[in-house]
Amino acid sequence: MSTITGAQALITALEHEGVDVVFGVPGGAILPAYDPLHDSPIRHILARHEQGAGHMAEGYAWATGRVGVAMATSGPGATNLVTPLADALMDSVPIVAITGQVPTSAVGNDAFQEAYTTGITMPATKHNYFVTDVDEIPQVVREAFHIASTGRPGPVLIDLPKNVLTATTTWREPGEISLAGYKPTVDGHPRRVKEAVDLIAEAQRPVLYVGGGIIKANASAELRRFAELVNVPVTTTLMGRGAFPDDHRLSLGMPGMHGTYTAITALQKADLLIAIGVRFDDRVTGKVDTFAPHAKVIHVDVDPAEIGKVRTADVPIVGDARRILTQLIEAWAGRETPDRHPWLDTIAAWKRDYPLRYDQQPDGPIKPQFVIEELYRLTDGDATLVAGVGQHQMWASQFWRFSDPRRWINSGGLGTMGFAIPAAIGAKVGRPDDLVYAIDGDGSFQMTLQELITAASEGIPVKVAVFNNRSYGMVTQWQKLFYGGKLSASVLGDDVDYVKIAEGLGCAGLRAETPDEVAPTLEKSLAIDDRPVVVELVVDPDEMVFPMVPAGASNDEVILGPDDLGALP
Amino acid sequence: MKHTLSVLVEDRPGVLARVASLLARRGFNIHSLAVGPTAEPGMSRMTIVVDAPELEQVKKQLHKLVNVVRITELDPATALEREIMLVRVAAPAGKRGEVLEIASIFKATAVDVGPSSMCFQISGTPAKINDFLDLVRPYGIVDLVKSGRIAMAREQKTKPGRLRAVN
Ligand SMILES: Cc1ncc(C[n+]2csc(CCOP(=O)(O)OP(=O)(O)O)c2C)c(N)n1
Repeated sequence: MSTITGAQALITALEHEGVDVVFGVPGGAILPAYDPLHDSPIRHILARHEQGAGHMAEGYAWATGRVGVAMATSGPGATNLVTPLADALMDSVPIVAITGQVPTSAVGNDAFQEAYTTGITMPATKHNYFVTDVDEIPQVVREAFHIASTGRPGPVLIDLPKNVLTATTTWREPGEISLAGYKPTVDGHPRRVKEAVDLIAEAQRPVLYVGGGIIKANASAELRRFAELVNVPVTTTLMGRGAFPDDHRLSLGMPGMHGTYTAITALQKADLLIAIGVRFDDRVTGKVDTFAPHAKVIHVDVDPAEIGKVRTADVPIVGDARRILTQLIEAWAGRETPDRHPWLDTIAAWKRDYPLRYDQQPDGPIKPQFVIEELYRLTDGDATLVAGVGQHQMWASQFWRFSDPRRWINSGGLGTMGFAIPAAIGAKVGRPDDLVYAIDGDGSFQMTLQELITAASEGIPVKVAVFNNRSYGMVTQWQKLFYGGKLSASVLGDDVDYVKIAEGLGCAGLRAETPDEVAPTLEKSLAIDDRPVVVELVVDPDEMVFPMVPAGASNDEVILGPDDLGALP
Repeated sequence: MKHTLSVLVEDRPGVLARVASLLARRGFNIHSLAVGPTAEPGMSRMTIVVDAPELEQVKKQLHKLVNVVRITELDPATALEREIMLVRVAAPAGKRGEVLEIASIFKATAVDVGPSSMCFQISGTPAKINDFLDLVRPYGIVDLVKSGRIAMAREQKTKPGRLRAVN
């Protein structure tokens, strides 16, 4: 058997896992790994900041369902990865991060570019490894990919000291994975499944409350079959947008702080929640004590710790969402599909009486919601949207009509501004034939805009709409509503020329300043495919996101629009 | 409310840090933690006494750690729970007799005697150790160190169902 270095073992192990792309930034301690990487069929995409590399790996994983890989050097390279790791942990995104480390002989001595990477990332990863034995590399890589992609997916980090990368070994085929403490449950308990089906049959006002778990489990088709079979309306959380088609007659839209009146109210009035792949996040429940007060709860999740964490479940079912939906469909067999008349009629009336709304005047400033609707019209909805964090994220989620999973990518749990550009790059690399459009705020854009250089130089033609309201709009909204209108540190007051920035970084730059310029400008952006495109949309800085349930308020107190602010506490 | 958990973990570097950091992050107070090898090679046992209103979340969160293999909640009423303590009691020559008398009732052994103090070693249930402490406290405690609590279930012959394994 021929002798190889630890670095070669690492790259071979990545190839064996089917890795086709690594996003990273090199540096001293990880250099040994970059040497064989250069000769490998694996493509390396040079990010301009490790945070960008991490979000690219996330975007890739979101779009493809496969594990995204990020690579960085020790010290600052590794600490720059902390934000995307924490982001991936919150949103259950399967990524593997590989970091260089100072040689084992220097560890603990405050050596140049030493950081205690495994310590720092312990609470920001699903699991991490500090490898001291070169022979273990193939097995560790195999385990890392297994842990990242199974059960509740999440980020795994492998920290590799430089001397371990340069040490020699012989290739050892990784063996069977046997982790005494890690055996995710897949199948739902049959008795629980039966109890669930009985509850669903008895319920008068049931709601399917579904989220990112459906997308992670690739369970959209099963969800749709089940929802139609039991004739139960469906609300998809911010993380679950696209898990169920918005145009379906059973769709309620998004629940929560900026959800539709129909979704919020249906949950409040429901007598049964069929919660699948959701975690009763505070942005959905509002004040927990008053959330869905009349409902019994069936809670399906692959992570047992989510069940009962916030809301006690009457029927807890641990397992894979797709598998359990199939079990539920089988267990329902023989029953008739209920017509659920009064309930579905009530819902239809709410949908009719309380639609999402905004007011675009032909000669007024551009309304951000209008841009989303125009983009939807011009693309026929055939695109992947990737959002930053703020008002624009909410508008994109509200006004796009999602029809497929994995075509809505955003930072839901951590709420990481700067997510959009790098995540869009990762998504486009994962699915090059898809139109990938980032919807970004000017504030979010300014956090990671250097990754446009990555997109331009690597030939990744993403499109980025910058909603320029010259402010941290979501912050100004809260300040206007809850801090007496004092706009402390939230007005950017800058005079950035986004067209010039785009051009300066090797992208095409476009701008729309009036409503009638929106469609032609977006059309132009769609026609450019040889470069990334940045489209600046000068939007109304006074527009606010509605409906809104103020943080900590009950979901019975939905503020429907600017004319409804009397309801504010 | 204090609960005793017996946690079987893989003996890997950093596993103690993972457990401690997880408990801290989720806001659970560690009252005591003792760790040592088990009869199974490659496995360690942690006995953790946590202060928490309910234990379900603690157990589920601990289970998410890849290196945690099994968690058993021990019922303090029936489990075998032991601590060991070294305590140095102020005892000038005139008081030694009294202190030694108390010690002998509790089977505490004098392990060091100096001109102004005596050091005792005592092991037993947490209650016994506290009782001993209460009695020697009036003499003045100069120094004290306690091991974390270690615990084990009794053999399940009289009261089945006391030992609950969590999967
Ligand atoms: C990294 C980071 N820092 C700060 C925040 C807090 N924050 C939430 S929304 C927001 C403003 C977002 O502004 P922008 O990207 O321009 O979007 P807009 O709300 O104007 O659409 C801020 C500062 C955050 N979410 N992430």
